[in-house]
Amino acid sequence: MVRSRANRRLHRIAIYSLFTVVALYTLFPFYWMIASSLKSGQAIFDVTFLPDLKFNNYEAILSDGVFLRSLMNSLIVAASVVVLSLGLAIAAAYALGRIDFRGRSPIMFLFLAVSMFPQIALLSGLFEMIRWLGLYNTLGSLIFAYMIFTLPFNIWVLTTFMRSLPRQIEEAAIMDGCSPLRIVRCIFLPMMGPALMSTGLLAFIASWNEFMFALTFILTDENRTVPVAIALISGSSRYEFPYGAIMAASTIVTVPLIVLALLFQKYIVSGLTAGAVKG
Amino acid sequence: MATMRIGLNAMRARTAWLFLAPSLVVLFAVALWPLGRTFLFSFTDAYLTEPDIYDYIGFENYFTLFEDPLWWQSVRNTLFFTVISVSIETALGLAIALLLNAHIGGRGLMRAVILIPWSIPVVVSARMWQWMLHDQFGILNHVLKLMGLIDNGIAWTANPDLVMPVIIAVDVWITTPFMVLLILAGLQMLPRSIYEAASIDGVSEWRQFTALTLPLLAPSIAVAVLFRLLDALRMFDLSFVLSSNSDDTKTVSIYAREVLVNFQDMGVGSAASAAIFLMIAIVTAIYVTVFRLNRRLLGV
Repeated sequence: MVRSRANRRLHRIAIYSLFTVVALYTLFPFYWMIASSLKSGQAIFDVTFLPDLKFNNYEAILSDGVFLRSLMNSLIVAASVVVLSLGLAIAAAYALGRIDFRGRSPIMFLFLAVSMFPQIALLSGLFEMIRWLGLYNTLGSLIFAYMIFTLPFNIWVLTTFMRSLPRQIEEAAIMDGCSPLRIVRCIFLPMMGPALMSTGLLAFIASWNEFMFALTFILTDENRTVPVAIALISGSSRYEFPYGAIMAASTIVTVPLIVLALLFQKYIVSGLTAGAVKG
Repeated sequence: MATMRIGLNAMRARTAWLFLAPSLVVLFAVALWPLGRTFLFSFTDAYLTEPDIYDYIGFENYFTLFEDPLWWQSVRNTLFFTVISVSIETALGLAIALLLNAHIGGRGLMRAVILIPWSIPVVVSARMWQWMLHDQFGILNHVLKLMGLIDNGIAWTANPDLVMPVIIAVDVWITTPFMVLLILAGLQMLPRSIYEAASIDGVSEWRQFTALTLPLLAPSIAVAVLFRLLDALRMFDLSFVLSSNSDDTKTVSIYAREVLVNFQDMGVGSAASAAIFLMIAIVTAIYVTVFRLNRRLLGV
């Protein structure tokens, strides 16, 4: 009201300039990664801001069977973790969110505590367990190990979601003698779309990016996931570092995540904040 | 009727346990049992190659661990990294969240932009920055030379005085978005009416920020900081990729894994892991207690 028009315009300009600074700071490293990946051979060592649009690095990295194999491995692991952790979490969330039984609170606390475990504290015990299960150096070891950070989180978020639904929706079904499995499948599942999207996306991103377990439980190149593959690319000396290939590989694994982040922004943010605000 | 109710409740409770069972089994196998075994191995002389053959040797592994100066250096590194990076991320996150909370066009786009560094693998971010910080061919040194600020390229990740600040700077780039999103969610839950009332009463914007926004936002910030603390205390991949052989940025997680996997010493490695677990548990317990106290003091 009191603020003059000029003052307001100044305010807007200030905010948009700050937006630009933040966006540049956030995005320039990506631009530089992509630009570097498109320079061929020695050209990468000349600092020019515009790329050459040469695809040699991509041809090199994609004709390398090992890298394609790692991409495939990452996809298999991340997809399996999403399916498995959501399946288990939906059942657990029904129990914790819709049924009052003794032991409910201690179990919720247990899941919360487990989600705070530092992964390094489990490493030696998990190593033994994975060997005992015969999963060492297989993708199964990672699918199993990733339950630590996906399952408690999913259970927590889905339980909060199920509790927020009105009590009446399942009462008629219970009285009609519907089995609990049927109630979950026919009544709850159709309502849980957004919550499943959020938890599923976060589980996918976390599994796609995980490094320490992938480095430890996988021994041979053909079973590696992409973060480890990229971390282990190296030249014969510091000065022969194949940065062109590294930047091309990094661009390839980053693009699907950027697409996910842009398309499903809303779900990712609501999953993140649901975990934090309610947790 | 009453007995039917009881029967129904008992049946529902049985259903609950049945539905929980698979998750409990998985969590037991993947978290609780391994944690117990880690503590057990920390009292043995087991080797990774033959974990079945071991003897109990009491606290010897802990003595070995606590006599290793490198362990204490990695503890210092981890704590320094955690305190500094989480402080910067909180301050910067709050500032950017306030900026994004301005009611102005282009907000959604900015939120999407800011999500990107958080969503990509840390390994990729580390590689990206490693290349930009390259002493000879990196763009940062190039720009600094163009501006006439330096004559020779700075060895950002090889200089022992610079490598930790560099790691912190990269971590700030990676995780500030997380802080922004959580604080922004907290900001959007604040009731607008109190600000309208404050404006009518002529309360200055700075005073509104310190007297209204900050106290109301404190619980959201406290939770976001807790998540970041837990994450920063177990930091592994960033140091591992950006400066893998440097003792100046070795974190406790890297130390423990090195002893366990590279030296195959399951006993000392497990002792280090157990010590990390206890360290993080204590920090979390203290933090949560203080946070609840804060909450009561603030009357929120």
